[in-house]
Amino acid sequence: MSVRVQTGDFDVGAEIARLRQANPRIGAVASFVGVVRDLNEGRSVAVMELECYPGMTERSIEKIVAEAKSRWDIFDALVVHRIGTLRPADQIVLVVVTSAHRGDAFAACEFLMDYLKTRAPFWKKEHLPEGTRWVDARSSDDAAAARWGS
Amino acid sequence: MKVKLLYFARLREVFQRSGEDVILPEAVADVSALLAWLRARGGTWSAELAPGRAFRVAVDQEMADPRTALHEDAEVAIFPPVTGG
Repeated sequence: MSVRVQTGDFDVGAEIARLRQANPRIGAVASFVGVVRDLNEGRSVAVMELECYPGMTERSIEKIVAEAKSRWDIFDALVVHRIGTLRPADQIVLVVVTSAHRGDAFAACEFLMDYLKTRAPFWKKEHLPEGTRWVDARSSDDAAAARWGS
Repeated sequence: MKVKLLYFARLREVFQRSGEDVILPEAVADVSALLAWLRARGGTWSAELAPGRAFRVAVDQEMADPRTALHEDAEVAIFPPVTGG
């Protein structure tokens, strides 16, 4: 298991290669890349700032990964989440899951992403033409996480 | 009892500080009592931490509820609902 919170960008290909390295039992790799959009709720976003709670953020993601491992038959999972100043089209989050078969890989990857949205301490601030605003939590994200039960 | 308070995101901005060390009276022994103690500062404190406002509290980096107990040197963080990914 690997969890990283970092300001720098990540190379999806290199991250997947590292997670797969020399494990011939892996038959499926599912990945998700979240990207900063230039529009949120109809307003144009020039810059986004991401903040975390150093320590708690990593620990809470590790717990989510451990839960995914207990629910699905997966080999490994990687989560890389960026913080700091990001711009539209920048990569913001990466989730990679390896397993023997695609079903578990897809499900665990989606579960991790839904829980990252609602459970991990990150906060987004958008820079709009009219000023800055903190992004409110979305009920659609809560609903997406709730379908996994808890 | 001495505890370390941390504030994140919008609450850090409105409280104009990222954290503070405070000495709590003996009666302030759980999260609920701490919030009441902070609200007594008035102004933005009573407004932002009013019952019904959306904020979360963590004690020692674990999500807490109003009855979560505090202890000497606890790290208590108060922050808005999270918006990751």
